[in-house]
Amino acid sequence: MSSSPQPWNNPKLRAFAIQLAVLFVVGSFVWIVVDNTITNLQRQNIASGFGFLENPAGFGIALTLVEYTEQSSYGRALLIGFLNTLLVAVIGIFIATILGFTLGIARLSSNWLVAKIATVYIEVVRNVPLLLQLFFWYFAVLRALPLPRESLSLLEVAFLNNRGIYVPALLLEGNGLVLGLAAIVGAISAWLITRNAKRKRLETGEIVKGAAFAPLLVFVLPVLAFLIFGMGLKAEVPSLKGFGFKGGWSLIPEFVSLLLALSFYTAAFIAENVRSGILAVSKGQTEAARALGLKPTSVLRLVIIPQALRVIIPPLTSQYLNLTKNSSLAVAIAYPDLVSVFSGTVLNQTGQAVEVIAITMTIYLSLSLFTSLIMNWYNRHMALVER
Amino acid sequence: MNNRLLPAVLALVVGLVAGFLLYPMFAGSGDEPAPVVAASDGVDTPAEPAPLPVVESRSTLDLVRERGYVRCGVSQGLPGFSNPNDSGDWSGIDVDVCQAVAAAVFGDADKSRYTPLSAKERFTALQSGEIDVLTRNTTWSLTRDTALGLDFVGVNYYDGQGFMVRRELGVKSVMELDGAVVCTNTGTTTELNVADFFRSNGLAYSIVAFEKSDEVVAAYDAGRCDAFTTDASGLYSERLKLADFNDHVVLPEIISKEPLGPAVRQGDDQWADIVRWSLFAMVEAEELGVTSKNAGDMRTTQNPAIRRLLGVEGAFGQNLGIPNDWAYKIITQVGNYGESFERGVGENTPLGIPRGLNALWKDGGLQYSPPVR
Repeated sequence: MSSSPQPWNNPKLRAFAIQLAVLFVVGSFVWIVVDNTITNLQRQNIASGFGFLENPAGFGIALTLVEYTEQSSYGRALLIGFLNTLLVAVIGIFIATILGFTLGIARLSSNWLVAKIATVYIEVVRNVPLLLQLFFWYFAVLRALPLPRESLSLLEVAFLNNRGIYVPALLLEGNGLVLGLAAIVGAISAWLITRNAKRKRLETGEIVKGAAFAPLLVFVLPVLAFLIFGMGLKAEVPSLKGFGFKGGWSLIPEFVSLLLALSFYTAAFIAENVRSGILAVSKGQTEAARALGLKPTSVLRLVIIPQALRVIIPPLTSQYLNLTKNSSLAVAIAYPDLVSVFSGTVLNQTGQAVEVIAITMTIYLSLSLFTSLIMNWYNRHMALVER
Repeated sequence: MNNRLLPAVLALVVGLVAGFLLYPMFAGSGDEPAPVVAASDGVDTPAEPAPLPVVESRSTLDLVRERGYVRCGVSQGLPGFSNPNDSGDWSGIDVDVCQAVAAAVFGDADKSRYTPLSAKERFTALQSGEIDVLTRNTTWSLTRDTALGLDFVGVNYYDGQGFMVRRELGVKSVMELDGAVVCTNTGTTTELNVADFFRSNGLAYSIVAFEKSDEVVAAYDAGRCDAFTTDASGLYSERLKLADFNDHVVLPEIISKEPLGPAVRQGDDQWADIVRWSLFAMVEAEELGVTSKNAGDMRTTQNPAIRRLLGVEGAFGQNLGIPNDWAYKIITQVGNYGESFERGVGENTPLGIPRGLNALWKDGGLQYSPPVR
């Protein structure tokens, strides 16, 4: 009697054969689609290939984080759009997380008014479509703001009108690199001090005086460098010239309304994730912590949240990805993000729909995978270490 | 073989057979050589095995005849060019071109359907076959004529780009717009022309570009931008949507050439000829003095040019593949070019656009039809 089964009875071999067949079918399907597309494009004399990325763009963009002129290439316009998407996504995630956590905890508050306000906010914001909220922030708020000639001003140095928010620009007279280095040195030393103080406290129970203030080094060292090297600060106040304000720093209303709409919308969803995470921690933990004499805020900060994070982080990743992809609604309010600039303007000018959409999808896919990667790493970091 | 083995073998066999069967059938008819292709990295057409019978591409005329109506791409609502009324009926000079094609092919202008398209989707809709002809106030340009695989078959409106500003700004000319914020549609020649104009005149500007015209108008009305720019005809048209159109003034300068006309797919010359000559029939009718009202009587005239146009003499329709009275049907059901113009954008409409460049060549304009003979 043989010890290994016949080939067709061997489950591993069968599984391998079936998977190979499925892979072959899927592979041929993909190849057929690609070949069909390319053949049809050629037959209809539609230009194809990625050479168009080198052609001059010829159009202007409202918000550019790096250098861009009308003679820059389409590839450059792609970069601008990508950076604009990244800008609104990163800041949006930051604001949405803070707001979401606050609302989630607020909804569980024992203060009736606070809890009810949070509930109403979450229920309303979750149920209105994001596009409508975006239009609300852009058109409803925009119409309420005054024209540049009648701007609302703060002490005549900062201005608010329907062209944007204008604040004085602080220009550094000196080497910014030195300040940056000082900040990095401050951050590293703060981290080292905090880590050593914590280890000492855990081992010996001794509290190192002043270690709690170590994080301030991140600000203190650059200020010291600023004073030592005798650098100066110049303020450039925005002034009304001709049609609008010149000088100073400004934020276009498209950016602000997209950011607010995305943040407030996603915060409502994050709030519910946070609430479910907190409720998932067994009540015994809260009772035990209170029995030890901890204040309610300490209970939350030291006992509940660290355990709740295990439940919160996976859905939080989804919300971050949602926010990043929802930023493509920018096309509805003229914010020059990736979809608006590349899949909108560039697609229309070159007519190469297949390549443009493929590039856009690849970029969003990469962004999403990267975000998931980071969040999964953080999730593993937070996981309970089982004995 | 036992029961556990049979599904596995079946799956393997089905997979292999499906792969080999599907592959040649869907590999496209790669027999004709590709003419001009703008790709810079060579796209290889893989060597085809002996092809199985492939589906022949049908001519657009056959497809349209089979379907029973002409599908036209129009705008999402531009008064005077293509705009639906409360009951959903479309009207405008672009719609008239579409109806002319339907009247030429079927003898009935109502056999036409309209697909509203944004500036972003209009070319893809035509390329993919979703529509048969694009009558959407689209500018004829080199890139669109070549790299997009389309052919423009005529100009039904000679236009140019202009600017509109608030009257209270006191701006009298576009040269005073240094530092202005400009609202426009994204992905159009308008955006490119603005960049060119401001750059060549050394003026600074910032642009706010929306996808839909309604959004552009709303933002301009709210004061988000100082100037609104699009084709001059579009300016007159969109001005009707503003809160108080007397508050706004159209600046006198025209900064570009925008010949607007219908477009069809490349590779189907017969269909291109039909659309081209449908438009020419309308222009020729106006030149010869044939209107929708007198076309019936004109059939008995002795004027040979009119007799040829209306199909009383000659077999010109046959050469196009459509009935010989194609022009007669167009003129009686849609009208000649002048009637269409007056009805859509003329001086008695809210737009009030004068004929200008769109007058007949005999009257100092650019509308000129080759003879029907």
